[in-house]
This record gives sequence, C-alpha cells and structure tokens, in this order.
Amino acid sequence: MTRAFSAMLRRDLVLSLRAGGGAGIGVIFFLAVVMVVPFAIGPDQKLLSQIGPAILWSGALLASLLGLDRVFGADAEDGSLDLLLLAPLPLEVIAFAKALAHWLATGLPLVIAAPLFGLMLGVEGKASLALAAMLLVGTPAIAFLGLIGAALAASLSRAGLLIAVLIVPFTIPVLIFGTAATEAAIAGTPFGTAFKLFAALLLFSLVIGPVAAAAALRIGRGT
Amino acid sequence: MRLTANGVSCVRGGRKLYDRVSFSLTGGELLLLSGANGAGKTSLLRQVAGLLPLSGGEIGFEGGDLAEETHFVGHASGIKDTLSVAENLAFWCSLYGSNDAAPADALARLKLAPLAALPARVLSAGQKRRLALSRLLAIRRAIWLLDEPDAALDAEGRDTLLSIITEHRARGGIAIVAGHATLALMPSREIVLGAAEAAAA
Repeated sequence: MTRAFSAMLRRDLVLSLRAGGGAGIGVIFFLAVVMVVPFAIGPDQKLLSQIGPAILWSGALLASLLGLDRVFGADAEDGSLDLLLLAPLPLEVIAFAKALAHWLATGLPLVIAAPLFGLMLGVEGKASLALAAMLLVGTPAIAFLGLIGAALAASLSRAGLLIAVLIVPFTIPVLIFGTAATEAAIAGTPFGTAFKLFAALLLFSLVIGPVAAAAALRIGRGT
Repeated sequence: MRLTANGVSCVRGGRKLYDRVSFSLTGGELLLLSGANGAGKTSLLRQVAGLLPLSGGEIGFEGGDLAEETHFVGHASGIKDTLSVAENLAFWCSLYGSNDAAPADALARLKLAPLAALPARVLSAGQKRRLALSRLLAIRRAIWLLDEPDAALDAEGRDTLLSIITEHRARGGIAIVAGHATLALMPSREIVLGAAEAAAA
C-alpha cells in the first residue's frame, strides 16, 4: 500500500514537473497579480504594505485554482482513470496522493515565492514570513477542496473555469480565517482563535476532499 | 473461479444497446465478443470491469475481488507521453502491487526493450499498443478484458498477442476479447452483439 501510494505520488509529481506539466503556471500567474496591483493602486507605499498581505492571499488563492482541471482530466482523457479504478489501492487514497502531488508541484512554490513577492509590495520581512507560514496551511486546504471540483469535472474537457466557479465559494472560509490568522501573526499573536479555525479547515479539507472526490469519480464513471 | 453475466443490459444515451446478455466462464475459457461498430462491445467489457453501471442484470465473480483480478486494455491506453516506456510500465506494476512483476521481461517479449528509456511520446500507435499489452504480462491477473487488442499491431505483434493469450488460458485465466475475429483465438464461446436487433428489424 505504501509502495502504491508513493508510486502514485511520484508519477503525478514527475508529470507536473516535466516539460508541459504546467507546474510553473501558478507561480507565474501569482507574480503577474502581484506586479499589476501596484500600478493600479498608485505609488502609495504605506497603503501597499498595508493591503499587501491581502493581495498576496488573493493571488495565491486564484493561482491555486489553476491546473486543477488536469488532476483528473488528463487521466480521464488517456484512459489512466479506468486503470486507476481497477487498482487495489482505494480510490480515496489515490485521490489523496494526487492532491498531495498537485499541492507539492503547484502550491508549495507559491508559499516559497510569497515572501519574495511580498518585497515587491513593500510588505515587511517579518510580516512576509508570517504570511508564508499561513500560506503553508492555507494552500493545501485549497488544493484538497479543489480536488472535489477536479473530480466532478474529470470527464469534461476545458473544465478549468467550471472548477473555479464550483470551488471558489468553498475556499472563502479559508481566505477569511487565513487572512485573520495572518493579521494576528503579524501583530505578534500567531496561535489565536483565527489560526485554530484556519488549521481546522485544513484538517477538514484533508479528509473531506479525497472522500468526496472518490465519490464523484465513482458516480461519474458511467459518462 | 467463475465469471458470470446474468441478463446484463445496457442503455446508453436513451438507446438500448443490448438486452439480457448472459454468459458463464471458468478458468481457461475465452469469450469472443463480435458485432458491428456501435453494437456495444466496448460497453459490455466496461460493464464487466465495473467501469460502466449496469442498466439491468448482474455480473458475478467467484474467486476474489473482481476489480483486483481484472486487466482492462481499451482504446485509450493509459500511457503518459512524458514518461519513458519503462516508467510507464513500472508505475502500473507498483500501483497494482505485483510482486511477481518482471517488467523487463514483459518489455522484451513485446519487442520494446530497446525503447525502454525513450519517452512514450515517440512511440508509434502499434508500439503504444504493445506497451499497453505489456501490463498483462508484468502484472498477473486472472481476468483479461481486451478491447480490440490487435488494433494497430503488425503481423508479428498479432502472433505475440495470440501466444500471450494462449498462455494465459493455459494458466487457467479467463479472457473476454472484443474484436472482429482477425485473430485465431479459438474462443470457447462467442457472443454476437446486435444480432437480435438485426433479426428483429
């Protein structure tokens, strides 16, 4: 079981990171958002550093939604999904491995890039690091929630927008508690109520995501 | 070991493809599914594999968990273009947890050994089909569901396929093959899908 799980995780990681896998798209999009905002706001550094964390959060959230359609879509297209359904590994575990690989390839780079992009918005170093720490909790939550949308839209082509529309409402609590926890961390009290609720959302999505995704795939297999 | 279908029906897109198909296969037997394009050969294979819900009837299997004993080789081959030939096969071996796996032997048997390190992207249609078939050899499973397995294969490839299927039956395996009878399979049974509808029309 461990061998099968790591094989699944490794394959999806390799596929994302090799040419044409699209692992870098999220970071580039994130960078684009961060670059554009200062031009729109104007050269008010105080304002920028104030709203910087919120911009970084929004950018990371939207960037996390990119590429979700490939998580199951690519396997549905080439017939791999049929073969995954015949594997001895439970579909829930397969879904978990795929979401984890997706997060490692697309979510983790966002976390690493966030402090760097924070500099571009004039966010202080300490605040940037606090934000990155919170993104480390928030981006996997978004990836595992997004997994549900990815599974629902597995058999549809060009489903990227549909997945975003389906998933964005569910990620709003992550955004609300994530930004609240980030503010608290910047203020110097990182582990308050907001962070606890935020961490609970991550644990919730780690469980619900794979189970709901597997159910969606089983229902959708006949189409 | 016994694989049975009892009154299996299939409705796709509001159209009845076939109605009350029944068969019973034991170890070593091969069922050939034939019929015109669109008669439902692929749909029946997918229903047996559990990849398509039954519109009626039931599929039974004595001898373990049906999904975990089933190989399905369809038109979409499940091959990733950016992985190498060997990586493609190795992934399925690890995922299916086969301990008796001999991926290298399987590739050699299907004349893919010299291509093992190449990305699957560069393979021809026939070579991709061989790679899909190599799963049958590398991972031991009792039931083979093959959807036109000879598609895109050359004469030599068809001979290899035939001998692989014959060996599988000799080991006591069950096979259901959908196709147009270009292989000398010597089936134990044959079902012609769409024949009843043609007679009624």
